[in-house]
Amino acid sequence: MSANFAALFYLVASVCFILALRGLSSPETSRQGNMFGIAGMAIAILATLLTPGMSNYWLILLGVAIGGGAGAFIALKINMTALPQLVAAFHSLVGLAAVFVAAAALYAPQAFGIGLPGHIKPASLVEMSLGLAIGAITFSGSVIAFAKLQGIMSGAPLIFPQQHKLNLALGILLLVLIALFVTTESYVLFWLIAFLAFALGFLLIVPIGGADMPVVVSMLNSYSGWAAAGIGFTIGNLLLIVTGALVGASGAILSYIMCKGMNRSIFNVLLGGFGTEGGAAAAGGGAKDRTVKAGSADDAAFIMKNAGKVIVVPGYGMAVAQAQHALREMADTLKKEGVQVSYAIHPVAGRMPGHMNVLLAEANVPYDEVFELEEINHEFSTADVVYVIGANDVTNPAAKTDRTSAIYGMPILEVDKAKTVLFVKRSMASGYAGVENELFFRTNTMMLFGDAKKMTEEIVQALQH
Amino acid sequence: MNPSQVAEEASRLAAGATSLAEQARAFASRAAEATGGISGGAIDPFLFLLAIFMLACFVGYYVVWNVTPALHSPLMAVTNAVSSVIIVGALLAAGLQGAGFASAMGFLAVVLASVNIFGGFIVTQRMLQMFKKKQK
Repeated sequence: MSANFAALFYLVASVCFILALRGLSSPETSRQGNMFGIAGMAIAILATLLTPGMSNYWLILLGVAIGGGAGAFIALKINMTALPQLVAAFHSLVGLAAVFVAAAALYAPQAFGIGLPGHIKPASLVEMSLGLAIGAITFSGSVIAFAKLQGIMSGAPLIFPQQHKLNLALGILLLVLIALFVTTESYVLFWLIAFLAFALGFLLIVPIGGADMPVVVSMLNSYSGWAAAGIGFTIGNLLLIVTGALVGASGAILSYIMCKGMNRSIFNVLLGGFGTEGGAAAAGGGAKDRTVKAGSADDAAFIMKNAGKVIVVPGYGMAVAQAQHALREMADTLKKEGVQVSYAIHPVAGRMPGHMNVLLAEANVPYDEVFELEEINHEFSTADVVYVIGANDVTNPAAKTDRTSAIYGMPILEVDKAKTVLFVKRSMASGYAGVENELFFRTNTMMLFGDAKKMTEEIVQALQH
Repeated sequence: MNPSQVAEEASRLAAGATSLAEQARAFASRAAEATGGISGGAIDPFLFLLAIFMLACFVGYYVVWNVTPALHSPLMAVTNAVSSVIIVGALLAAGLQGAGFASAMGFLAVVLASVNIFGGFIVTQRMLQMFKKKQK
């Protein structure tokens, strides 16, 4: 196949990828979109394999079989609650693959038509080192994100003195090394850049806390795109460039949406350490002299049975407790009693964008009962009961009223406007932001202390009696 | 390099922009005529790639804003799968005869990217299956 033909096929694949993302604008078209994505990938791989001068077909087939087998196995076995760490792990692989391809381009530039070993075009060297550095940062950053999400590593921010100055110094050193590498094309410098970028990726993600992971995962998503684009520039491949730009833009937009959902700047998130200072003190201070109304599953069942309209607000706690199936059962029972049930999702609920939606969909909750913040916020004033399960900060009215609060300005679900608020929580501990939620002490709030799944199951039982 | 050679290379790299490349060649030769044969008017192929890149960024921007928030998780999974198209570079390296180390790097990258391609698309499909319209 001539190079022109191959480029034409790459163009078709690019269009397929655009259509794959386009399909996600609604659940009905999304599966068709995914098929476009798969078709695009198949076209891209076939076009590459038919390039003149290709050999080692058996080796390639073996590689695809090993990788594809492992990938398929993991994807079929994975539990939907573990999605965030799966995505983080996958990002790390893209990053590492970018590093390997950059290395291959350095050692065998003739394969990509960018010169001969030792005489690579300077422009290609710039692009190569950018692809390499971003790929390496994506890899080690994603490994840390994975470790934090999987619980291998503590989700707490890891802070040490002079952290940001160290990162800045390493970043500058990285740029210096890239400049030296471009002028010398030294193999040693290439691996030094890789090593330094690995270290930098590690250091950048370590200070960021567990609940900020939606931003981190989105950002690494974006990085993996830019890394692919960098490699695309290196080897002059338009498909890689287009795809890299698409993925990069996607990740950047998701990061933006997540930050907006917390009313924090991306820098605030990236500098890390959120929710560590003063959190414990604030949580302990008020709780002692104030009383909360605690209730049982029977009380909750009674209140909800007699309600006309119930809104469920799920949060990360629901995912941890795997309570989504019990929750759907509760909603079904309530619906049989003639109660209207809907779900309200905050943009940053869970550990990745859209995490709650997937879990509810897994439990067979119809997606037209699930609403985003803007769609449902005005409904709370007409709701009889709000059932908050595993969420806290995103309901805290202090975000609107208390200028001194760490979460001031964050858009919240206005559950305080409902007639009754039921909070399923394990304890009175404050949420991730370390801010006490004054909703707990209101007279129309009832706390249901216990495991989210167990409590919901008990309510279902009580409802059925 | 003379302008027509440059333009030829550009059109090879950016098949989607072949017509643009031809225009560039026309411009280049006209510029060369105007400047009395100095080949200063040629456009670097890099600029074509950059143009494609910038336009793709805009396409991505508008397409992704149209994605419904409920499907943000599948969006991440599918962009992850799609970014494994880096396998194209890996295949070119792995398929090179007698390139020793570079081929080995290419092979490793093929393995990693394949994990992502299969894993990413399958997990996306699994998620999207859950968003099927439910019978009530």
